[in-house]
Amino acid sequence: MKRWRTSGEGGWPWLAAGGVAVSLLMVVALLMLIAGRGLAHFWPASLERVTLADGAVIAGEPVRHVTTRDGRDEWLYRTGNRDLDGRTWRWLEAGDIVSRTRPGDLLELQRERWGPFIGRLVAVREADTTVIDATAGSARRWQALETRLARARALRETIETRRRETIAPLARQLAAGTASAEQRAAFERARDALTGLREALARDSLVLESVDGRRLEQPLATVLDAWRPNAMGTLDKLGLWGRRVWAFLSEGPRSANGSDGVWPAIFGTVLLVLLMSLLVTPFGVLAAVYLHEVARQGPVTRAVRIAVRNLAGVPSIVYGVFGLGVFVYGIGGTLDRWFFSEALPSPTFGTGGLLWAALTLALLTLPVVIVATEEGLARIPDHQREGALALGATHYETLTRVVLPMAMPAMLTGVILAVARAAGEVAPLMLVGVAKLAPQLPVDGEFPYLHLDGKFMHLGYHIYNLGFQSADAEQALPLVYATALLLVAVIVVLNLTAIFLRHHLRQRHRALRH
Amino acid sequence: MSVTLSPRGASAEITDFDAAASCFAIDGLSLAYDGRPALRDLTLAIPRHAVTAFIGPSGCGKSTLLRALNRLHDLDDTVGRAGRIRLEGQDIHAPDVDVAELRRRVGMVFQTPNPFPMSIYDNVAFGLRLQGIKRKRTLDEVIEWALVSAALWDEVKDQLHTSAWRLSGGQQQRLVIARTLAVQPEVLLLDEPASALDPISTLKIEELIRSLKSRLTLVLVTHNMQQAARVSDYTAFLHDGELVEYGATDSLFTNPRLARTENYITGRMS
Repeated sequence: MKRWRTSGEGGWPWLAAGGVAVSLLMVVALLMLIAGRGLAHFWPASLERVTLADGAVIAGEPVRHVTTRDGRDEWLYRTGNRDLDGRTWRWLEAGDIVSRTRPGDLLELQRERWGPFIGRLVAVREADTTVIDATAGSARRWQALETRLARARALRETIETRRRETIAPLARQLAAGTASAEQRAAFERARDALTGLREALARDSLVLESVDGRRLEQPLATVLDAWRPNAMGTLDKLGLWGRRVWAFLSEGPRSANGSDGVWPAIFGTVLLVLLMSLLVTPFGVLAAVYLHEVARQGPVTRAVRIAVRNLAGVPSIVYGVFGLGVFVYGIGGTLDRWFFSEALPSPTFGTGGLLWAALTLALLTLPVVIVATEEGLARIPDHQREGALALGATHYETLTRVVLPMAMPAMLTGVILAVARAAGEVAPLMLVGVAKLAPQLPVDGEFPYLHLDGKFMHLGYHIYNLGFQSADAEQALPLVYATALLLVAVIVVLNLTAIFLRHHLRQRHRALRH
Repeated sequence: MSVTLSPRGASAEITDFDAAASCFAIDGLSLAYDGRPALRDLTLAIPRHAVTAFIGPSGCGKSTLLRALNRLHDLDDTVGRAGRIRLEGQDIHAPDVDVAELRRRVGMVFQTPNPFPMSIYDNVAFGLRLQGIKRKRTLDEVIEWALVSAALWDEVKDQLHTSAWRLSGGQQQRLVIARTLAVQPEVLLLDEPASALDPISTLKIEELIRSLKSRLTLVLVTHNMQQAARVSDYTAFLHDGELVEYGATDSLFTNPRLARTENYITGRMS
C-alpha cells in the first residue's frame, strides 16, 4: 500500500482495488441478508400477551414495526389460531396497545392443519377422560404434554416405518396379483397392527385456550411440535432451532403451500444436476476432441467453433422451449406411441420429467463443456502428442493414454462451470417437468429405482412458488430466504465436489512422494 | 568403410556408397509446407550402426528431413511430398506399411524433453504396454535394461514410481531416450537433443549417443558444430532445403570440398 502511495502512479490502483472491494461487499451483503432472514425464521421467538385499549387481549409474536405514511405507528403480530380467528396476522396500532407481557405459560403448537396455535394449555385428556386439568399447575401440564408428545412422535415414526417397509411391498404384490396366501395373511396382520397403532396414537388430546378465553380440543396426533418460548433458556431455544432447521431440510412438504420441508426439492436439484453432468460430459468431450484433434482445421471448424460459443449466449428459456418441443413432445411422444400405447392418452414420457429436464440442461451447458475442454486440449504441448506417436502409438492410443488424461482437469473445469450454470436455472425447467409439489422422490426401492419419467421438485422453482404463488406472503417470505440460502449452499457443495475432484486429478500428475 | 557421398548436382562425382550398409536410403525427396518447399530433391543414404549428423543454419530443413524419416509429417495435412525413403530396402510410404510399427522401429527424441505426466516406470513402460506387454516381470526387466542403457538407472532406481516431471532436464531427456530404447527401435532420431540442457547434461547425452552406436543407427540434428564433430561419424550439411555436402565427419570438418560448407563450419555463415 505504501508502494502505491509513493509510486506517483495516481489513483488507478485504488480504483481497481475499490472495484474488487465493492464486488466482495455485495456478495457478502447478499449472503448475510438471505442467511439472516432465512435462519432467523426457525428461531423460537418470544410470544407476547397484548392488552388493547378496548379491553381485547391477543397473543402473538411481534414481527415488524412500521410507521405508515400518515404517521401512525403499527405493529405486525403473528397471532396464529387461523381456525379460531380466520387469520394468522394482525396489525395493531401502537397507540391502542395498553400493556405487553411475556407470560411463561404461553405456548406455540405446530399443527398438521390450520397452522400454529398460540395460547395456553388447559388440560390433557386421555380417551375422553381428563387426566391433567387446570388445577395441576402449568409446569405439570407442560410436562404431561411433553411426555405424551414424545410418545406420539415415536408412534408416528413406527407407523411410517411399518407402512413403508412392510405394508407397501406387500400391497404392491397384492395389486400385481403375485402374492401367496401366506403373504395375504401377513398383509392382513400388518394392517391390523397398524390400525392398533393408529388408535393408540389417537388416544390423547389437548384442551387449549386462546388468551381471550376461547377453548378448543386438539387431538395430540395432529400436533407436530410444541414449545414455550418465554420459558426457554437460550440453549433450549438453540436446540429447538436446530430441530426445526433439520426438519426443514429433511422432511417433505405436507401441504400444497409448500411451507414445510424441502427435502424433495434438495434431492431433485442435486439429482438433476448429477444427471445433467453425466449427460453433458461425454457429449461435450467428444465434440471438443473432434473439433480439436480430429477435424481438419479450416473455415468449417472455425464456423462451428463460433456457433458453439454463441450457443452459450442463447437465453435459457429458449432451451426450455426447445426441450419441450423436441424432447417432451417429439421424442417423448414417439416413445409413448411405441412402447406405452396402452397407457395413452395419459402420457408416460410425453410429459415433462426428470430425464427431459436433465437433457435440456445438458444442451444448455454443452457449449461451456466444449469450450473448456477444447482450451484444455489446446494447452497440451504438441511434443507430448508427438512423443506418444514416436513410440508407435496410434492416433487413438495417443488420445486416450496421453492427451485425454492430461486434459482431464480442463474437462472438470468445464463440468464445474456447467454445474454452476445449470443448478441455478429455473426458467427452462418450468417447461420441461419441474413440479410445484412432488413429495415422491424420483429414486426409491422400486424397480427401476430411478424414475426418469417422474416429475420432480427443484429449489429454484420452489423459491419462485413460495414467493409468488403462496397464499400467505408473510409466512412465505422467510422461507424464500431460507430456500435461497439452501440453493446457494447446494451449488457451493456441488462445485466444491467437482473442484476437489479436479485438484485430486492434478495431484496425480504431480509426484505424491519423493 | 570409406564413404564419400555427394548430392546430385552439387558435384559431378556420384557416390559408390555401399547400399547393403545403408539403413535409410533417401531418393529424390522433396517436401513442401503448404506449397512452400522445405526440402529439394535430396538423395542420401544413412549408414547402419553409425551416428549421422545433419547440420546447417536454421530453416535449412534438417529437422524436416529428420521428421520425414518416421513419417511424423503425416500429422500435418498441409505437407506435400515427392520422392522415396526406404528403410532396410522397404518404402516407408508403401500403402501396406503400418505407420505405428514404423515409428516403433524408428524412435525419436525431441528438442524439449517430453516425458508423459506419469511415473518414471510408467513412462518407460508406455511403449511396451502399447504392444500389449502386461506381465510385471517382463516389464520390470525391460525397464531396468532400458534405464541402464540410457545411463539413468543409478539415479532413478529408488524413485521409479515418482513423477517423471520431477527429474531435471538432462535426466528427463535420458528418460525419453530410455523410453524409446525400451521398444527396441532399429533407428534413433535425435532432434537437437541437448539444446535445452546444461553443459554437463549435454556431455552425458553425447556419451550416451556414442555408446548406443553399436546397437542401433543414430541420426542427429544439431546446431552445435562441436557436437557434430564430437559424436558423429558422418555429417550432412544442408542449406536452404538442399544437401550441400555429405561425407565422413572427419573429412568434412577438416577438409570440406565446397566453400559454402567451409564458410558455415568456420562460422562465417549461419
